Amino acid sequence: MNNIENMIGAKALMLAMEKEGVKQVFGLPGGANLPMYDELYKSNIRHILARHEQSAAHMADGFGRVSRKPGVCFATSGPGATNIVTGLATAHADSSPMIAVTGQVPVAMIGRDAFQESDIIGMSNPCVKYSFQPRNAAEIPEVVKKGFYIAESGRPGPVLFDIPKDVQQNEAEMIFPDVVKIRGYHPWTDPAIPEIERAIQILLSAEKPIILAGGGVIISSAFAELQAIAEMLMIPVVTTFKGKGAFPENHPLSLGPIGMHGHAEANKLMIEADCVLAIGTRFSDRSVGTFEEFEKRLKIIHMDVDPAEIGKNQTAQVAVVGDVRVSLRIMLKKLTQEVVKKSDYNKWLKHVNEVKDYWRENLKIHPGEMSAAKILRKLRETIPNETILTTEVGQHQMWASLFFDVIQPGTFFSSTGLGTMGWGFPAAIGAKVAKPDVPVIDIAGDGSFNMTENSLATSVLEDIPVIVFLINNYSLGMVAQWQRTFYDRRMIGVDQQNCPDYVKLAESYGAQGIRAQSLDELENAIKVGLKSDVATVIDIPIDPEEDVLPFVAPGTPLKDMILPS
Amino acid sequence: MLVILSILVENKPGILWKITHLFRAKNFNIDTISVGVTADPEFSRITICTHGDEKQIRQIVKQLDKMIDTVEVKQLDEHKSVYRELILFKIKINTPSDSMEINKLANSYGAKVHDVKKDSMMVELTAAPDQIKAFEDLARPFGIIETARTGIAALQREGA
Ligand SMILES: Cc1ncc(C[n+]2csc(CCOP(=O)(O)OP(=O)(O)O)c2C)c(N)n1
Repeated sequence: MNNIENMIGAKALMLAMEKEGVKQVFGLPGGANLPMYDELYKSNIRHILARHEQSAAHMADGFGRVSRKPGVCFATSGPGATNIVTGLATAHADSSPMIAVTGQVPVAMIGRDAFQESDIIGMSNPCVKYSFQPRNAAEIPEVVKKGFYIAESGRPGPVLFDIPKDVQQNEAEMIFPDVVKIRGYHPWTDPAIPEIERAIQILLSAEKPIILAGGGVIISSAFAELQAIAEMLMIPVVTTFKGKGAFPENHPLSLGPIGMHGHAEANKLMIEADCVLAIGTRFSDRSVGTFEEFEKRLKIIHMDVDPAEIGKNQTAQVAVVGDVRVSLRIMLKKLTQEVVKKSDYNKWLKHVNEVKDYWRENLKIHPGEMSAAKILRKLRETIPNETILTTEVGQHQMWASLFFDVIQPGTFFSSTGLGTMGWGFPAAIGAKVAKPDVPVIDIAGDGSFNMTENSLATSVLEDIPVIVFLINNYSLGMVAQWQRTFYDRRMIGVDQQNCPDYVKLAESYGAQGIRAQSLDELENAIKVGLKSDVATVIDIPIDPEEDVLPFVAPGTPLKDMILPS
Repeated sequence: MLVILSILVENKPGILWKITHLFRAKNFNIDTISVGVTADPEFSRITICTHGDEKQIRQIVKQLDKMIDTVEVKQLDEHKSVYRELILFKIKINTPSDSMEINKLANSYGAKVHDVKKDSMMVELTAAPDQIKAFEDLARPFGIIETARTGIAALQREGA
């Protein structure tokens, strides 16, 4: 139905977004987006006020990853727009669907260094999937339709609408299209059946197969398909860090994440495998160490929705381009027709289990009561399986990868590609908006929390209670670890001391602050947090010298993993 | 390996910039580039000559293909396409006989002669890149003062 109506651009923006199912936007107003805010006021869309545009973008990102529908953030022109660049880059690096809408100076002022003019289209180009700058109000409905389609289809990503103020204000006859065609955009490819058949042959003839599940499995929700194939063929599953929780980590076939801070057993077995079914992963250096080492031994079957990922970092023997859920479904169907269940007792699997058992029993962990492993296992025991976890960036993030088992697939989210400190807390707020009935917990470090802790105001005032599980080592711990390991303990720029007091900080925002100095206090604090209707910051002091181990040093192969001594 | 990429794009502002940006961001180099609107004004054709190993070229083609503003990306096969580039040479005239010889040379390559002066003359050559190279080698002994070239324009032959 294409009813034509006369209205201003800003109103058309709201209507078009409502048609896309948008219920809320995260943002912060300014001069150049006031017309949009005025129409937001009149619309049914909720506004959630952030305290920094970067946080607004991370909130939209968190919302998008959890709901798999683009989250929307608003910022004004100039500094408002530049403040969202980190948010765009973070979403882009992790293929998260997002819409950012910035105000811009009026069309006639563009290019004249007007007050609060920034060339955000130019600045953001490498970190958006696409951007639009409508020059006439009448373009807005189509721009919105196209933008949402681009953001959520194929390999998702952030899309920017940079809307000049006069384009927001001008009246035009608006036509709201139901479908749009974009000539140069073909987000979905049907997977080639012969390639899937070849993949099956290679997998079945392999002696030591392994499945490497990446973030693509989570983005396309291919959990059931992945599990069915792993179980049918009895193939052990490792994940990338981005793919953490693509497969239940308490499953007998699960080995956990590989990579720089992967599980010892996962890294050990990854390098022994003779064939890998890699699903929705870009073979990032953080996952596979040095590429050449990785490539030599392995037959690689690579499934990905993005054809440009095939052969970018890793050469594959077989490549299946298409949505990984669709590809896995076809594979599963063919397997069901062709093979009987593989014996669940074979030499490889026996070996896999031995290695896994060995490391689960013998990996040395920090002896203190409040060691990272113990507090994270306590967290796991105390919270329900459907709890959504986000993380910040640093040691706590890698400890979460090592010691927190994700049981319900698709409940763990982190800034894995860009590694953005300060992402986890606002993203948790966005996640909670997407799933208000599920507890949401940000596993944080003190340094990262400092970057976006003012989102406590948003959490409290907008009634979006989440828990910040603050693993507090009073320092920029990950950097401190590198200085201890690679720079002969020349510690610089890492000491944060006991500043601020996180309990008082939380309380000053009207949130709840609890310090936990024993595992019992911690359990209690988590339980209080789960029941609380305001945000809860649990400050958990730990030994500042605790390292994350195992550790694969950058630029080295997985086999050179450093283990705790 | 030297390759020619023929890229059909939406004829909208900023697209050439995005394409050159992609080359920079992915660490590729553009040897020559030519751009012009096609017979259908909705599209422009960008012809880029670049080099790299096979894996790199495959990657750049895929990255270009992935761009939403590119409608079609073709890697042209040298043997199945017509390539032309226009180049202007300003060549030194040292002795009176030079002028005759350069004229002869230009004739044999089907090039046009312009602006003949006492000390120099200008030659306009439209040819395939290897012919341009051959001409350049023959002209070099006279002394090449300046050149300007357009970049390659290329189209695949029908049925090829
Ligand atoms: C925005 C940003 N700046 C700097 C870094 C580099 N960096 C990586 S980890 C880290 C320390 C993080 O400290 P904290 O959040 O306290 O976590 P910890 O490592 O102590 O667990 C830093 C500074 C980064 N990833 N992101």
